[in-house]
Amino acid sequence: MKELALLSLLEKNARMEVKDLAMALQESEENVLNTMSDLEKRKVICGYHTMINYDHLNKDDVMALIQINATPEREYGYDRVAANIYKFPEVDTMYLLSGAYEFLVIIKGKTMQDVANFVASKLAIIESVTGTSTYFVLKQYKNNGVAFVADEDPNDRLVVTP
Amino acid sequence: MYEEYLSQKVKEIKPSGIRKFFDLASQMEGVISLGVGEPDFATPWKIREAAIYSIEKGKTFYTANQGLLELREEICKYQKRRFNLDYDPIKNTIVTVGGSEGIDIALRALVNPGDEVILLDPSYVAYMPGVQLAGAVPVTITLTQENQFKLTPELLEAAITDKTKLLLLNFPNNPTGGFMTKEDYEKIVPIIKQHDLLVITDEIYAELSYDEKFCSIASFDEIKDHVILISGYSKAYAMTGWRLGYVLAHETFIKAMNKIHQFVIMSAPTAAQYGAIEAMRHCDSEIESMQQSYMLRRNYIVEGFNNLGLETFMPQGAFYIFPCIKSTGMTSEEFCEALLNDQKVACVPGTAFGDAGEGFIRVSYAYSIDQIKEALGRIELFLNKIRK
Repeated sequence: MKELALLSLLEKNARMEVKDLAMALQESEENVLNTMSDLEKRKVICGYHTMINYDHLNKDDVMALIQINATPEREYGYDRVAANIYKFPEVDTMYLLSGAYEFLVIIKGKTMQDVANFVASKLAIIESVTGTSTYFVLKQYKNNGVAFVADEDPNDRLVVTP
Repeated sequence: MYEEYLSQKVKEIKPSGIRKFFDLASQMEGVISLGVGEPDFATPWKIREAAIYSIEKGKTFYTANQGLLELREEICKYQKRRFNLDYDPIKNTIVTVGGSEGIDIALRALVNPGDEVILLDPSYVAYMPGVQLAGAVPVTITLTQENQFKLTPELLEAAITDKTKLLLLNFPNNPTGGFMTKEDYEKIVPIIKQHDLLVITDEIYAELSYDEKFCSIASFDEIKDHVILISGYSKAYAMTGWRLGYVLAHETFIKAMNKIHQFVIMSAPTAAQYGAIEAMRHCDSEIESMQQSYMLRRNYIVEGFNNLGLETFMPQGAFYIFPCIKSTGMTSEEFCEALLNDQKVACVPGTAFGDAGEGFIRVSYAYSIDQIKEALGRIELFLNKIRK
């Protein structure tokens, strides 16, 4: 079973039907289902989410990127302090980075005040966190490989060509 | 009334079998087309950006007739890297306006009136007119589905006469998806050598090879100097609208072709040439990811057509399938016209590519799986109606 090919199809369209996946991969539907559930168990597939551009709903939700400086702990390195941060449901995405600061966290909240409160009352007070810088997102141009600002017409081809 | 002014050669060229379907389909609303011979991907951004930058820098002049030396060097490095072929950028290379110009100047540089040129049937629509305009005599070899539309030594032998000058090949093939492996070529190369034939090989679909490894007929040292290799950017790099290709051949042939090219074309578009340099330097991974997408779509569409009861062999290259529609009792043209009128699905009748295409249709899978799925659904409705 070509796992990478299966993943490439699902990554583009998580709603693709098992029957269609089986045809594209030249496998039985049963094999596709088994492989998918195996990939789920191994946490290779971590979900089948929908990519939503909330900008189009005129909602006032805000998103912020927060750089966090932190000191590592004996035995645990950065992992325990990271867990103290990512377990907050406000945290959407979190990375450990090389460079000038340790973590990059993406926060989603209802208002700027929500995010500010979260940083002040939850993040900054964690013992190993030594500093934060917060950047509010003004506009999303692209997310997960999809451009949110569509300026190209993919249907520009002639209908019949040699 | 002005017909009498036209040249005899042009009058003898048959109107394109594709034109009719283009006219019909482009007037309809809501058509799903599987009739397109170009990628659905836009050109990778790196390539577009490089071409735009060249324009900003004022690179808006003619280039050398044979093309920018920098590009010719990249072409030769690319052919070495991808297919292990050795060519010299100065002696063996011309950058052309699409592979199409390459075919035309190669034919005009090499044939005399009365020379026979062997063409495969079915084959790409431009070859037959190219041969006729060059004043040569086309001789066709009928390829069959039983042989997966490959050229066999028996068929080749039977077509050769003492007037045969040249053989025009195109694998992976448009329209059939037919493919020649190294082993397949090994059987025909001795015949080409024995009869001292020249070969024009249109390898525009080389990068779109699937389960089998692509083999160029130019990789056979014993006939390499007799091979004129045509390739380009349209299919591998999704650059159809840029109109850029190239020819690789023996120095004497390149000089002869350049005589025509320099007067008719001068040089290929400069911005496109700068885009192509970027393509060949930095886009191997883009080629591979597009090839992977096509392969999954191929699997999908072949199974889809076979499930509909239209026998379709698994092509090893290009982005076409060539389903057999004989079971419907209709001709290719009747089938395509009825399908278009009834379900608004556009395909191209096999006969647009030669008489041997009768009983087949060309279906392109340069479409997303969702579009292919929608088209398969409509074709099923159509078949259910006509089979009642």
